[in-house]
Amino acid sequence: MNDIGIEWLGDRALLLRVGDGIDAESNARVHALAKSLRAAELPGVLDLVPAYASITVHYDPRAWGDAGSDMPPSERLAARLSALARHVSNSATSDATDSARGIVETPVCYGGEHGPDLADVARLARVSEEEVIARHGSGDYLVAMLGFAPGFPYLLGLDSMLHTPRRANPRTRVPAGSVAIGGAQTGIYPRELPGGWQIIGRTPLILFDAARNPPALLAPGQHVRFRAIDAGEFANLQALSSRT
Amino acid sequence: MSVRVLSPGLLTSVQDGGRHGCGAIGIGRAGAMDEVSLRLANMLVGNAQGAAALEITLRGPRLRFDTDALVALAGAEIDARCGDESMPRWRPIRLRAGSELNLGGMRRGARAYLAIAGSIDLPAVIGSRSTDINAALGPMPRPLAAGDELPCGARPHSSCDELWKKLEAACETGNRNAAAAAWSLDPSPWFDASTARPIRAIAGTHFEHLDAESQRALFGAEFRVGIDSNRVGCRLEGAPLQLAAPIEMVSAGTVSGTVQLPPGGVPIALTAEAPTTGGYPRIAQVIAIDLPHLTQRRPGDVVRFAQIDLADAQMRYLERERALARLSETLRWRLHQPW
Repeated sequence: MNDIGIEWLGDRALLLRVGDGIDAESNARVHALAKSLRAAELPGVLDLVPAYASITVHYDPRAWGDAGSDMPPSERLAARLSALARHVSNSATSDATDSARGIVETPVCYGGEHGPDLADVARLARVSEEEVIARHGSGDYLVAMLGFAPGFPYLLGLDSMLHTPRRANPRTRVPAGSVAIGGAQTGIYPRELPGGWQIIGRTPLILFDAARNPPALLAPGQHVRFRAIDAGEFANLQALSSRT
Repeated sequence: MSVRVLSPGLLTSVQDGGRHGCGAIGIGRAGAMDEVSLRLANMLVGNAQGAAALEITLRGPRLRFDTDALVALAGAEIDARCGDESMPRWRPIRLRAGSELNLGGMRRGARAYLAIAGSIDLPAVIGSRSTDINAALGPMPRPLAAGDELPCGARPHSSCDELWKKLEAACETGNRNAAAAAWSLDPSPWFDASTARPIRAIAGTHFEHLDAESQRALFGAEFRVGIDSNRVGCRLEGAPLQLAAPIEMVSAGTVSGTVQLPPGGVPIALTAEAPTTGGYPRIAQVIAIDLPHLTQRRPGDVVRFAQIDLADAQMRYLERERALARLSETLRWRLHQPW
């Protein structure tokens, strides 16, 4: 990758930009680059935060200062990161995502009390509710990034027919596990949160648990497939997951 | 030993140096809003700089100590009493078992830190004892409430034995519940509640996208800290800022100090509980050494920004860290001395 952009995010972080849009190609480059940056174990790097088309690098400027040079820590780190990025080939990107921790099958109970906005999504897409479920449930999704709240996955790969604007009036409480659509993205609420996305279903899986290792069910770069379940199976699985 | 919360104050929470390294799964740093005052309070009682202490906002709690304890207050000018006696800030204080520490209002500043030798000994959650109030994360995943019991670790053994004995003698002879060290730390380089001081910031990625008037206003006009500011961000109310033209935004990383511009035109300077990513234009970035000065402003206080370049900001950051390292050495030596 030769066309990495660098933006300064203050004096203790910088942002590496590998693309300009919300697309699978830019995101695959993000995960390939994040993987090689992690492997490089650069001194003073405190955190790497992948997003759709960028990676935020949190660092301690003390590790990149040099009393004998006029070059500020930010420039020294940026030069090192650019050099590392040049050795990450674009073709290695598919490798990075495929070898991530596999595919996570996620059971979802669509519609009814668990998916109060399913009818609206169907109406706006001018298809039946069954068609929405079939299309949403058959997609292959990439966890592009986690953000908004601990464990909240932004999933790429939503059928373009299902792209739906956010609700005009956001809800103050969206239940944990709600599967929702916001524009071209789909995501899952890891806990009860306020939210404006269209809720089409709910998974009994626990997306985030601080006491679990790792705490988040999904990691950036992983793949997700949904499996439609009925309300009975939802209740059974929910009883199981709350026991463990 | 433990500390009992008799009344919690306005917003008191357990905070430490923050949660690092989990941004990839959406977990932010949290930790102290005024990182320097937390570190100084801890240094004054012989704790590690990032140890867990109490962050007190605008009005303090009432606390009861079940055993003798060594404590220190740093940050905002908070009214502190033990019985009838007024308690000083910026110095170690010995409290006797059963004594009540009554923390009241703040004359200047918004956040005070109470460190206890041995620190607050709750189990770390994802590498930290800090409370991320917005994410409900931490061993105490909410602000303190009346009746809470906070376990504290053993006083760091070697660090302050001489002082500890001396303060005990002072309590005994005066028949008092508390005695403070005769010396104190000079807070002037570290705590400045003057609202005249400009907050330095570097121009953000999308600064150039502001219209000309908004570019001038950001580094010239007066803002006021909004009443609904919290640990996530400080709302900067003033004449609204505008983009010259709409821009297509893709969610990307944000950090504490990032000044975002939501559509309403009221900029928000993100602080300790900054989300890991955000989708609003990033118009500026408050520099690390000025963040504590911003987070000590109270609702209604004036904020003015001054532009600084990144190299200059980093040089000053390295200077600050060297000064804090020297101070830490001095205090370590001081705590070994009889007074």
